[in-house]
Amino acid sequence: MKKEGLLEVSHLTCLYPISKKTEIRAVSDVSFQIRSGEIFGLIGESGSGKSTIARCVMNLLKPANGSVFYRGIDIYDKKEYRKHKKMLQTERQLIFQDSGSSLNQRMKVHEVIAEPMKIQRRKPLRGSYRAEAEFQMQHVGLDVSYLDQYPAELSGGQRQRLAIARALTMEPKLLVADEPIASLDVSIQAQIVNLFLHLREEHGFSFLFIAHDLAMAEFLCDRVGVMYRGRLVEEAPVKELFERPIHPYTKALLSAIPIPDPVKERARKPAEFHEGDFFFDGEWTQERAEHFVLREGGRTL
Amino acid sequence: MEKRLKVDHLSISFDTPQGEVEAVRDVSFSLSSGEVLALVGESGCGKSVLCRGIMKLLPASAKMKSGSIYVNGVDITKFREREMQKMRGRVFSMVFQDPLTVLNPTLTVGAQIAEAVKIKTPGLSRDEIQKRVSELLELVGIDRSLERMKYYPHQFSGGMRQRSVMAIALAGNPSILFADEPTTALDVMIQAQILDLLRRIQKTLGTATVFVSHDLGAVARVADRVAVMYAGKIVEIGTAEELFYDPKHPYTIGLLRSLPSYSKGCGTLSAIPGMPPPLLHPPKGDAFACRNEYALAIDYEEEPPMFRVTETHYAATWRLDARAKKRYGGQIKKGDENEEGRIT
Repeated sequence: MKKEGLLEVSHLTCLYPISKKTEIRAVSDVSFQIRSGEIFGLIGESGSGKSTIARCVMNLLKPANGSVFYRGIDIYDKKEYRKHKKMLQTERQLIFQDSGSSLNQRMKVHEVIAEPMKIQRRKPLRGSYRAEAEFQMQHVGLDVSYLDQYPAELSGGQRQRLAIARALTMEPKLLVADEPIASLDVSIQAQIVNLFLHLREEHGFSFLFIAHDLAMAEFLCDRVGVMYRGRLVEEAPVKELFERPIHPYTKALLSAIPIPDPVKERARKPAEFHEGDFFFDGEWTQERAEHFVLREGGRTL
Repeated sequence: MEKRLKVDHLSISFDTPQGEVEAVRDVSFSLSSGEVLALVGESGCGKSVLCRGIMKLLPASAKMKSGSIYVNGVDITKFREREMQKMRGRVFSMVFQDPLTVLNPTLTVGAQIAEAVKIKTPGLSRDEIQKRVSELLELVGIDRSLERMKYYPHQFSGGMRQRSVMAIALAGNPSILFADEPTTALDVMIQAQILDLLRRIQKTLGTATVFVSHDLGAVARVADRVAVMYAGKIVEIGTAEELFYDPKHPYTIGLLRSLPSYSKGCGTLSAIPGMPPPLLHPPKGDAFACRNEYALAIDYEEEPPMFRVTETHYAATWRLDARAKKRYGGQIKKGDENEEGRIT
């Protein structure tokens, strides 16, 4: 099973305390792994715990239970973490959904791109930080004339490219993208997705791609995990999952993908999924090669 | 069919310190009762400005430069705020994108719908108002309405919030409904439900609906007719079938092609290169020309007029001109005219 696992998440459980007595179980008992050079997608409705997992992977939130291994290093073990701090902080990079609020409004574009290098005290390879910023901008297809502008002056697609350029300065191995294209227009979405594919080809990044646009996930990802109410209900290679979904929730989710075709779309009847059909204490079983599903008590549905 | 709304050569611009931003340029369309017209386009192309412009909800820096608006045959172009106030909610109302910011978190949902009912039909008794609120909630598909009226917005799920916002919008029995991206903030599984609800309400009440969206899947589900906007202009308008199966404008073609379902099995998505042009100084000629791989020389010089394809289908592209047709057969094929047709 261990095949160049870059990231391994095992039995992850996250709690958000609401008051002294009650807490919300945002993620419970989730395990998956990402191999190097792979795009792993997490899909599910809002509130299903996708972003919480991203935060756990990035050391931004301490899980209540379970562990996250990056290259075999337990990132929530303080000693281990301190030992590999530099590597962990540079090799994993996060791209947020809302680029408008995740970029510092008071920094110019070149400062935004150079900031991670300054923090990590990296010597700019191309002479100056500005030259480095220029290089990264060209890399992600952003016009160099924006160097001295502020993020607020850029459009949504350009800001998202800027966020990607900032992440790329650290030459990451793992990019965690939390709904990076959700707030963009259709034509710009396609541009960014193409950019991701191109970067993967060029650098061999691994991606944790969080999405609620299923059609895009189908196009971009190699393997997909489906989340529901904090549980991973199904995990399979993308083709397998979209062609032969097993879990009723996955089936309902896939049937909800809108089809851009008036006749087919009007005839489409989304499958229904009721909360009652969901068995929280399911058993994680292997159905086919690489195809896992959460089954109630191990029985077939 | 009776024309509920008719917009004639409408142009709206904003005064900014940098100059005049032409947000809506020479837009004409009409809407019959019981019809859904979808406005599709990228953000910043003027979809929302057009809707708000018709309802006259724009800030003072906006001005209507030319054109006229007819609602149920009455010219409302010169109407003042006081007259517009009477029309809003009764003649037309609006459903916004994010239901959480529309609803007041400190009031129960029932109270907020009751407020709309009271304003639109004054002089109702308490019981009558409550009855009407409960009716409205049932109409938008919220059952156990008497109990749910007492809930606060945070106790509702995203889909139920959007349903309550629709109930508020429908309180005055409007004949025209503007839905500004009503499903964008919702999950995929809820989206289809809300769209079907919109469709059902519009069938039962005979409301004419303007549905603003950039999700072509949603548009395919609800729209009778579709208008594609680019840089403040309607570049193509037609029935949903015509637009999805036989698009004529290169921008419409590009939009449909950039969807992942079109590129299934290919290595990359076919994205439209570049960015929409700034509306501060719109380019000469066809605004889409510089992103258009099939652009003709004339596209950079002169703005194309609306060419008629069928009785209901119009598109603004020189490709439909008789001369272009003669030369290229009117069909767009990959890499046919690039050499001579384009200015480099």
